[in-house]
Amino acid sequence: MTNQQIAEDLVTKYGENVHSFEEPWGLLTLTTNRQNIISLLEYLKKHETFRFNFLTDLTGIHLPENTGSEFGVIYHLHSLENNVRIRIKVFLSQDDLHIPTATTLWPTANWMERETYDFFGILFDGHPKLIRILNIEEMDYFPMRKEYPLEDATREDKIDALFGR
Amino acid sequence: MEDLLIPKNTSDALALNRPIVEDTEFTTLNLGPTHPATHGIFQNILKMDGEKIVSGEQTIGYIHRAFEKIAERRPFYQITTLTDRMNYCSSPINNMGWHMTVEKLLGVTVPKRAQYIRVIMMELARIADHIICNSILGVDTGAYSGFLYVFQEREKIYEIYEEMCGARLTTNMGRIGGMERDLSPTAIAKIKDLVYNSLPKVLAEFEKLFNRNRIFVDRIVNVGPITGERALEYGFTGPNLRAAGVDYDVRVMEPYSSYEDFEFDIPVGHNGDTYDRFMVRNQEMWESMKIIRQALENLPEGPYYANENHYYLPPKHDVYKNMEALIYHFKIVMGEIDAPAGEVYHAVEGGNGELGFYLVSDGGRAPYRLHFRRPSFIYYQAYPEMCKGVSISDAIVIMSSLNVIAGELDA
Repeated sequence: MTNQQIAEDLVTKYGENVHSFEEPWGLLTLTTNRQNIISLLEYLKKHETFRFNFLTDLTGIHLPENTGSEFGVIYHLHSLENNVRIRIKVFLSQDDLHIPTATTLWPTANWMERETYDFFGILFDGHPKLIRILNIEEMDYFPMRKEYPLEDATREDKIDALFGR
Repeated sequence: MEDLLIPKNTSDALALNRPIVEDTEFTTLNLGPTHPATHGIFQNILKMDGEKIVSGEQTIGYIHRAFEKIAERRPFYQITTLTDRMNYCSSPINNMGWHMTVEKLLGVTVPKRAQYIRVIMMELARIADHIICNSILGVDTGAYSGFLYVFQEREKIYEIYEEMCGARLTTNMGRIGGMERDLSPTAIAKIKDLVYNSLPKVLAEFEKLFNRNRIFVDRIVNVGPITGERALEYGFTGPNLRAAGVDYDVRVMEPYSSYEDFEFDIPVGHNGDTYDRFMVRNQEMWESMKIIRQALENLPEGPYYANENHYYLPPKHDVYKNMEALIYHFKIVMGEIDAPAGEVYHAVEGGNGELGFYLVSDGGRAPYRLHFRRPSFIYYQAYPEMCKGVSISDAIVIMSSLNVIAGELDA
């Protein structure tokens, strides 16, 4: 089972809904949309030969310069039987951060999605309990977004003309 | 394994699964945030029917330190100190995992000797991690002496850390491109003494105290069992998954740092209960010792760091005399060296399971996005399900055997 086979199979099944195939460091990476993500995850999980039965990781990313798809949700799946990993990305517009939950497929997605919501504000529709997990409940912003710089921007003692900080 | 277990129908633990009667009055119990039996700062709100747990809910995040956010401003070499503070029982594994992630991004090949030294340090860390988990499990069930025996060995491992990097708990060990220093003769002597003399004896004694101890076995057999399928659905990795009968180990599946050179077995349980988790961890310590012995015997000669001037600090005496070394030293320390753009996922077998680093670099001096896949955070979700219907004392034992580390949980 090679990345090529998986990619071809997915293109046959999903057509234009899967695109941007890449292979950084041998890890098959592809992008899909939120209408197809759950069906795609389920297909990969229950596929007879691929059997991507393990959700390794689920996280988010903020790309403010990508107009129209500022937020990304990244799934890492692992087929333990074939020892192959796959990375699936879904990009969302900052005006509409809804994506269906993966908790229906893996209970482990529960906290991963809560963490992603907590830090990026991505709303997982159908999640059993989408509340903050690591930050305090009263927090009214999503700290991992790029508009929140780590250091106080008004400080002048840290500006370094030589190194552009 | 089967013959070692007490037959299921004679175990006291089975009686705990009695049906919960309707119209009973429930009490709410707060276990934590600071409770001596939880070994960390996290809270469990338990709904109790008498002494039995009906349902539970965890509250975590009490020591959340925003590592992922901090990492977005730090040069790559400064992130090692953040990884130290995740699973602080086995910091070298976290450190090496991070270095290997960056090396993967940079395309640096580390010399064999450095890889072997890394393997030695990572396996020592694994032993230290498992020593803590198993001996504290003993303490939680009322057996204090085993803890005292093995903690002397942990102290010896910490002395080796001191010899290798000067620190004990938050080690910050190794560098991008290799090790910070070579194994000194003292370190080699200490490791040899540990894996050939003292630890095997003490571990055998520890196992003699616990493995067939009637009181201990009664407390942990059939307590908090989880099936392999359920464990996979919950994202279990590491000893907890292997205790449930799934032989997934990153060291074997995706060998890193020359793990493919060593002969070792992966112990696997089959009930996924506390006893299996205890036994798997014990056995893993023996396997780790086997790996360390092989690594010491076959330790290759050669440099202990890669010839990568851009990322590996030059020797200090060169910095004073050599112009180029001074420039590199300055640029590295100031964090002015850009990494190539790319997207890397690298996983290592941490003390608790698959410790993953998802690194997105935009070609700058610091990661654009860094996400830690922290095994404790992921499998701790299963805790309420595992302690449904058991008594408080069993719930403590289950938590102890899962080895939930607060630092790793909260990042």
